[in-house]
Amino acid sequence: MTDGRGVWLYAVTADGLDPHDLADEPGIGGAPIRTLAAAGLTCVTSPVDLREFGEDALRRKLNDPVQLEAIARSHHNVVAATARAVPAVPARLATVYHDAGRVAALLAQRRADFTAVLARVTGRTEWGVRAYATAQAAAPPPAAAENTGSGTAYLLNRRAELRAADSARRASAHSATVVHTALSRLAAAARSHPPQSTQLTGEADTMVLNGAYLVDDDKADQFAATVADLAAQHLTLRLHRTGPWPAYSFAAVTEPETPT
Amino acid sequence: MTGPARPPAPVGGQQPANLGDILERVLDRGLVVVGDIRINLLDIELLTIKLRLLVASVDTARELGIDWWEHDRWLTSGQATERDDD
Repeated sequence: MTDGRGVWLYAVTADGLDPHDLADEPGIGGAPIRTLAAAGLTCVTSPVDLREFGEDALRRKLNDPVQLEAIARSHHNVVAATARAVPAVPARLATVYHDAGRVAALLAQRRADFTAVLARVTGRTEWGVRAYATAQAAAPPPAAAENTGSGTAYLLNRRAELRAADSARRASAHSATVVHTALSRLAAAARSHPPQSTQLTGEADTMVLNGAYLVDDDKADQFAATVADLAAQHLTLRLHRTGPWPAYSFAAVTEPETPT
Repeated sequence: MTGPARPPAPVGGQQPANLGDILERVLDRGLVVVGDIRINLLDIELLTIKLRLLVASVDTARELGIDWWEHDRWLTSGQATERDDD
């Protein structure tokens, strides 16, 4: 952070990205998007002022809900516009370099890695499928109302409730596994991410599957139809398909050592 | 538990991305590129950010649909069991 200027990285793509495809997308902090070609690859970047987006300032911003949302959406919009135009490797939020020269050096140095990821995502799209345990699955059994005066009865009822809830949870988890397995078979690659908390989803029902699937584009319709079929088969789950997404979940240059 | 017959669960189609989906993707996934001054957010767990969201502004959190403390039985079931006195 010597001179206060930095380069924010959104995505790496193969050569051939038309800058006009990104002309309508403002970058972080409203800065103009710039593409940078080197080593047969193209980087999508924008200049940032490190007084505003350096480590300390950025940390403060990301802890502010309004600014966090603005930065996240800004980053995502540019990544998504890029991925609509060409195969793209999304960069994680807040990947910042001193100057364009260092980004070019990085492209040259890591060319093989980027090329491998680009090959994996080319002609494919990431789709998300979330499954929620429905209220029906989670509902406790009706309490024995006439016994509520007794402490023992209360404890017995409470235990039965907990057991039923536990059993419903297991059934939902099992269905979620079945759904994920079926969808993974259609996909070139699949990930099962930790379910989002209800505070993040804003849904009353608990998420039991947070899957991401890298699907060949010519199988996209089949994938959607399969999600609908699975929804009809698993009434204790509510399925929700999201996407198309840039291949965020499949951008890792090296696969994680332990499968999740 | 046999519930009444229900029509097949609705399947969400291609809707605009919600904030939760975007946050987990841009913060938790995507390529980590080792560079000279990469600003590393790995030490800020997404969970921490979520919690900070709550701390920072309850009103804003509500606007984001974050009001789990009011009716999220699953998330709070551990504590609720201990103090189930209402």
